[in-house]
Amino acid sequence: MSGSGAREAVFPTRQSLGLMKTKLKGAQIGHDLLKRKSEALTNHSPEITRRIDEAKRKMGRVMQIAAFSLAEVTYAVGGDIGYQVQESAKQARFRVRTKQENVSGVFLPQFESYTSDSANDFALTGLGKGGQQVQRSRETYARAVETLVELASLQTAFVILDEVIKVVNRRVNAIEHVIIPRTENTIKYINSELDELDREEFYRLKKVSGKKQRDAAEADAEREASKKDAEAEGKGNAAAEAETQDLFGDEENQDVIF
Amino acid sequence: MSASTAAYKDRQFLAVIGDEDTVTGMLLAGVGHVTQPPDSQKNFLVVDAKTQNADIEAAFDRFTQERKDIAILLINQHIAERIRHRVEMYTAAFPSLLEIPSKDHPYDPDKDSVLKRVRRLFGE
Repeated sequence: MSGSGAREAVFPTRQSLGLMKTKLKGAQIGHDLLKRKSEALTNHSPEITRRIDEAKRKMGRVMQIAAFSLAEVTYAVGGDIGYQVQESAKQARFRVRTKQENVSGVFLPQFESYTSDSANDFALTGLGKGGQQVQRSRETYARAVETLVELASLQTAFVILDEVIKVVNRRVNAIEHVIIPRTENTIKYINSELDELDREEFYRLKKVSGKKQRDAAEADAEREASKKDAEAEGKGNAAAEAETQDLFGDEENQDVIF
Repeated sequence: MSASTAAYKDRQFLAVIGDEDTVTGMLLAGVGHVTQPPDSQKNFLVVDAKTQNADIEAAFDRFTQERKDIAILLINQHIAERIRHRVEMYTAAFPSLLEIPSKDHPYDPDKDSVLKRVRRLFGE
């Protein structure tokens, strides 16, 4: 019973039994709480997945529109502006910052896009012709990138949530399948050891009391024997006494009773 | 557990690996950033038919691991397809990796690594 399964290396004392019982209780409470947390998080993730799916679809459309506006630019400018744009990019106007959203104790980062007021890198692009188209294309792409940022924050939230769910589930399983059985085993072990000690103690006491009884009986017998001896001796004594009683020689005299 | 604040506090740029049109569009939106000289690192990479896969991988690694100021990495899906194993291996939360469609390659949700993970998680 006690030897089966892993158990913690403790001395089988009543103190550690108490400790183990507290630990078992704590593990059970922790297990319940973590399980509830995992469920709460798992309930949250279908919504995120749905939104990711939606956003991905939206991204497809938006990117198509953006690509079309770029084609317009190419047509209006009458040449490829790619090289010019790539060379003139210096400082990012479009940046993101991260905020945190708290979902059941998990911090999910959220990207938030903002446009810094730094100088426009592409002021000269499309100066000759097609400036309007360039402007429109820039706006279209800015909107597209905003969609992408939204999608990225959803995706990051999903990745982190996924990780957290995994960690929580791992903990739940560890408590359920390792810590609780091991603590139970330890408690069993301590109990059986304590029972063993009790039995030993009982046996010892029985032995002691048996020995005491035997001793007492022996002592009684001895006393008995010595009494008998004493009685036997006492008869002799009495005879001797009888002889000595005649010291005054007045046995015939009745005692005077007043 | 959840990433610490330090992991994404300084991340404010987007990076792009894409074909010329995608990169141009993104740059027009204003995501382009070149760090201070002398190292002058760009946060975008134009990939065409001549670009080696090794170069794409190097850029991918640079944007995902070396640079700590990138929050989102945008990559065209057909380019992600060329370094698919790298993309599959990438599981970190920051920077966030996003596969986007390009003009010539419409978006295919079945190839998206993240969507694959989503499906796997829900057993769909």
